[in-house]
Parts: sequence; structure tokens; C-alpha cells
Amino acid sequence: MKKDLILAGVGGQGILSIAFVIDNAVLDKGWKFRQAEVHGMAQRGGAVQSHLRYSDKNIWSDLVPVGSADVVLAVEPLESLRYIDCLSEDGMMIVSSTPYINIPDYPEMDEIISNIKKIPKHVLIDSEELAKEAGSSRAQNIVMLGASSKWLGIEEELLKKYITMAFERKGEAIVQMNHKAFDLGRDAAEKYKV
Amino acid sequence: MTIEVLLGDEAVARGAIDAGISGAFSYPGTPATEIFEYVERYNKKANSIHAVWSANEKVAFEEALGMSYMGKRALTSMKHVGLNVAADPFMNSAITGVGGGLVIALGDDPGQHSSQNEQDSRVFARFALVFCFEPSNQQEAYDLTRLAYETSEKFELPVLMRLVTRLAHSRAGVTLADPKKQNEIYTDIDWKKWNLLPAVSRVKYKTLTETIPKMHDFSDECKFNKLEINDKKLGVIVSGIAYNYFMEVFETLETKPSYLKISTYPEPLKKIQKLYDTVDEIMIIEEGYPMLEDSLRGLLNNGPKKILGRHTGHIPRTGELNPDFVYKALTGKEKKPIVSIDMKLPGRPPALCKGCPHADTYKALNAAKEMVKGQVEVFSDIGCYTLGALPPYNAIKSCVDMGASISMCKGAADAGLKYPVAVIGDSTFGHSGMTPLIGAAQEGTSMTVMILDNLTTAMTGGQHSLTTGHPLIKVLEGLGVEREHIKVIEPLPKNHDENAKIMKEEMEYEGLSVIIADRECVQTLKKSLSKKKKEAE
Repeated sequence: MKKDLILAGVGGQGILSIAFVIDNAVLDKGWKFRQAEVHGMAQRGGAVQSHLRYSDKNIWSDLVPVGSADVVLAVEPLESLRYIDCLSEDGMMIVSSTPYINIPDYPEMDEIISNIKKIPKHVLIDSEELAKEAGSSRAQNIVMLGASSKWLGIEEELLKKYITMAFERKGEAIVQMNHKAFDLGRDAAEKYKV
Repeated sequence: MTIEVLLGDEAVARGAIDAGISGAFSYPGTPATEIFEYVERYNKKANSIHAVWSANEKVAFEEALGMSYMGKRALTSMKHVGLNVAADPFMNSAITGVGGGLVIALGDDPGQHSSQNEQDSRVFARFALVFCFEPSNQQEAYDLTRLAYETSEKFELPVLMRLVTRLAHSRAGVTLADPKKQNEIYTDIDWKKWNLLPAVSRVKYKTLTETIPKMHDFSDECKFNKLEINDKKLGVIVSGIAYNYFMEVFETLETKPSYLKISTYPEPLKKIQKLYDTVDEIMIIEEGYPMLEDSLRGLLNNGPKKILGRHTGHIPRTGELNPDFVYKALTGKEKKPIVSIDMKLPGRPPALCKGCPHADTYKALNAAKEMVKGQVEVFSDIGCYTLGALPPYNAIKSCVDMGASISMCKGAADAGLKYPVAVIGDSTFGHSGMTPLIGAAQEGTSMTVMILDNLTTAMTGGQHSLTTGHPLIKVLEGLGVEREHIKVIEPLPKNHDENAKIMKEEMEYEGLSVIIADRECVQTLKKSLSKKKKEAE
């Protein structure tokens, strides 16, 4: 058992919350993990990524080598393409179709989407709509976690246990909203035809 | 057995706490900020450690050294360039030696994720003649920090812990050991050894140099340095985090090279000698400068065996290592991406936040520049506001080191520049901005200093700032700035015209002016508002 993940997005989109849930679920299973993240200046609206690797055996490198990511999980479409070199032959690209436009030269959406669609295994999720349906557009990260859950090799209950832990200090309503966001993401990925 | 999920930074902090530190001293700087922050958080419950941010790294270092002289264990942490600020006490603490264990935890930044340079702190440790421990992973960061305190007290020397960004900001589960009690305060102090009058320090410096062979022996015996003899054609020396990238590739190789993993400096000389004698050629993989490589090659590089590494192009000369570079160095083959796309991706650099006060300040500053007849140049400093060098603002020119805006601005004024302007944040002003202002005030230098007071140390995540708000005006008066040329503005769109006018007038004033642009950082404001809301509920 070994998984290499890249989590991608823009600073402030909550990829570290996704990482928190997976890290702790992995630890709960008694596996090992390494999870490299971006702090400091780049978090101010810049491109951010997290390399997350886990296994029931030892893990050496904190970084995912070229061509070995099992999953690239992106909360933003342009950001997904930045890590395409990491994708393995069977790699899954799980991408939000909701753009985050804070740069003047943001490409045409059609161009981004057509490039994502070239990847043999991909899932495109309208994370904004689903997050709003769950209760808040801020839950897009957890929608995307739900969308990827089938490919993580971790039981859903375990992921949900740590979603609860991640949000419990914000109150029960926020916890429930994120659980719903997870479910909506998971179901949408299930329905998506490549 | 307790396992805790920790960043490399946090593993060092927890190692120091469990080694029984009585104080942690620091100034924020990426990638080292989270070391102190962990101690600060831990201490909210424990309340047994002194943990308050210091004005700058030199102050932090000296506070830690003072605590060590009293027999207690202390931690000082900073980013790599922070040690330049603290270089004076650092170099000299090696000669005085320490009492209670003293560990300096440094965050190096190979690849310059958020720094002006990629200086390698191993070189600094060698310069000062002290130990440098370089963990390869989070568990070692924890274990080596505890060992660092023992070693520091055994050798009566400070120990430098070197982390790199990738380890500092990577998480893993860390198995914790039993915590140690704090040291008792000394009641009987041998002050003579801590006074570096030349007559004393000549003797102490000689003693320090005589200790070096014992430090090499320590490394030869240290279990964190591991020599494994395999195939005898190639021997690889790997240091710190490079070990992980090496092992990632090593496991896939059919012919396993011999290797030596180094995690403590001064180097394990006997182990290096044994590897050198056993293999035909040596490859060195180290994060940062080619320090080991330079040492093994020597100036003339005429030893009997080939030394491969950054100088021979096997590893790129600059920048951060990764498993792919190491794969290429060991196999000669390049990993090709499996999927590719046919579009050019625009970069997404960091930017000032929406509603940031600096944005309004820069808009007004740009307008003021237009109104002044003559050459205006803006010297800046280190903080979020450095992003004002980028479009759409293009408002500032220089960024060199903490506090440099004011001293460089004065130098430019001394050179004859008509309208020199310095832009500096409140926390950076407290760090190194006050000292150069004293001279400018006394000389009455014609220049304008703008202190962007957003009430916090924003770029590193909103740490406490010592020089903000009302006390700042008193500080400025005390430094000798005339009260009528200390202006306070509120950078808001509605005040744009008035703010630009004040800036223009002060630029044209033939003397020293200070303009404080006073408005809270939107990030910390958001945090404090949501905290208030929660409390109200």
C-alpha cells in the first residue's frame, strides 16, 4: 500500500485542511506519511501545493517524484495543470472546474478544460455549486476531498472522523455542512463519466 | 508511546521542550517561524517556559545566551539570514562557551522560496567552530534536538540545528520521548570565563581550536551518521534531507552504491576516510552550498579520486534538491513526465490582499511622486509591502535586508538624491529601523521615512509587533525626529488625495520627515473580528 498525492490550489483555498484530514486518517490506520506544504509569503493568493505521501512502509522523500502521483487533487482548474508532470501512468486528476481568477493573464477556461480532458483519468467537479448546496462556498475543499475519496484507499468513516475534528471548534453546524459537502463531492465524482 | 503529527519546525520545538528548555527566543522569519510558535502554543497551557517574541534575532540570541549563562537550557530560532543579524553574539558565544544547553535552530531556504539568498548555515557553524546538526526527517529533528542539548552541555558549546524549508514545512508522525526537567539556576557563577577581554579570549579561543578533533570524534561515534559499504565503484556522501532523496532512488537501483549519511558536523572524518579508501569515486549530495564537496576536492582538486557533485554538473549548482535531480545524478537518466499539455501556464505570484492598507499607501505614494518635481526614489524593506515592487503598484525599488530602507535612503540622500523615500513596516522598524534613524535625525538629512504600521508582523502570519501604534510616535520623538514632521495618515481610498498631498509636502520639506500610515492588516483584523463574534455568541 502506497499512495502519492499532490494537493493543489491557491493560498487560502484550504488545501491544508484536506491534508489535515488525510494525515490523521492515515496515522489512525497505523501507516506512515510525509506531507510537505507551503508557508509564508506564497500563501498570500499565490499558487500553493502540498505533496502528501503515505504507505504502510517507510517513506523517504517528502516530495513526490516526477511521474509517480496516484492522485492530483486540485481545488482550482489552472492549478491542476501545474503539477501534471507528477502524474503517474494510471494517475487520477481530480479537479474543481471553478476558477479562482486573481491574475490578469488567466487563460481561457475552454483551453484549461480541454487540456484537463486530455488526461486519460480525470474527474471534473463543479465544486462551487456543490459547496453552496452544502451550505457555504468555503467548503469547496471538502467537496473536492469527497470527490477524491474513492481513490485514496482510506475508509470514508475515517475521513469523516477527521473532518469532524478539523471543524469541531467552529461548531456542529459547520461540521455537518462539511460532511454534506464531502457526500456531494463523492456522489458527483461517482456520476462523472470520463 | 505517543505519536504526534509535527512539522519539521515543530519537531525541533518539541525536542527542545522535552529537553527541558526554560526559554525560547526568536524573531519571525520563514521558514523558521513555526519553531517558536509551537513553543508559544505549548506554553499557553504549560506556562513553564519564557516565550515572547524578541525585537530582532540579535536580541533573541543574546537573551538565550544570558539564560544559558544562568545554567538553564535555552532555544533561539530564526531564519538563515537572521543569523547574519545575530552573527556577533553567535561567533563570540563559541568562544565564551555556554552554561545551560544552548541550541540555535535555523531555517535555511534553498531554492529561495521566501528569502533573499540561499546561504548555507553549515558554513556559518564551521566559521564559528561549533557543532551543526542536520536532521534528515521529522523524527531526527526531534531526536537530534534533544541530543543537541546534551552535547551543548557536554562540550560547553552552542549547537546549531540546521533545517531546510522542505523539512521545516513538512509533516510526519513523530514518536515522543519522556520529557526532562528544567535545569536549576546557577548560584555560583564563574564569570571570568564569560568575559571576552582579549587576555581571556586568546586563551579561550586556543582551547576552542583544541576541542575540534574531539568534535570530529563525536561525529564518528554518533549513531545518526551511518556508513554502509556496498558496491565499491561509487561511494555517495549524503547530508541532511538529501539522504531521503538518495534513499528514494537507492531502493530502485540494482547495483547499490556504498554510502555515508552525515547528520552532525564537524564531519565524521574516520568514516569519510573509510568510504574514500573503499570506493573508486565519490559523489556528494548536499542541500545548499557544495561545502563537503569543496572540502573533499580541495582548492586544486588533484586528489587521486574523482569527486562528483554540484561542481561537476551532476547536481545543479544552485537551488533546492529533489528526488528527480538525485535520480539523474545516480542513474544518468532523466525522468520524463508521462502526460504533457500544450499550453503555457501563467505564474500566480503572491499579491497584496484585497483591501490591504499597503495598496492604498502605494497608490497615494505613486500620486505624490507625480506631483513632486525632481527625482524620487523609494527604498524598501522586508515584509508584505515588498510586493509593492510588482505590478500594478511598481511603487518601490530596493529590498536588501531588514532595516536597510532607512540607512540606504540616507546614503542616497548623502549622495545628493533630491527626494529619497524609505518604506518600512512597523515590526521591521523595531527590528533594525530605529538605529539608522538616530543618525538621520541628528544630521537633519533631507529624506522621508514612511512607516507602514499595520499593527502586526504580517508576512509571517501576524505575530506580535513591538513598535506599533501610539508608542511609535514617542519612539520617533525620542530618536530626535521633529514632532511637526511626524505625520500620521490613514491609508484608505477616501483619504487618497489628502494622503498624497501630505506625502508630497513632506518629500519637499528639506529635513527629516516620518509619515506613519496607520491601518490594521486585513488578515489580523479578520481574525480578531471573528474571535470577537465567537466570544459574543
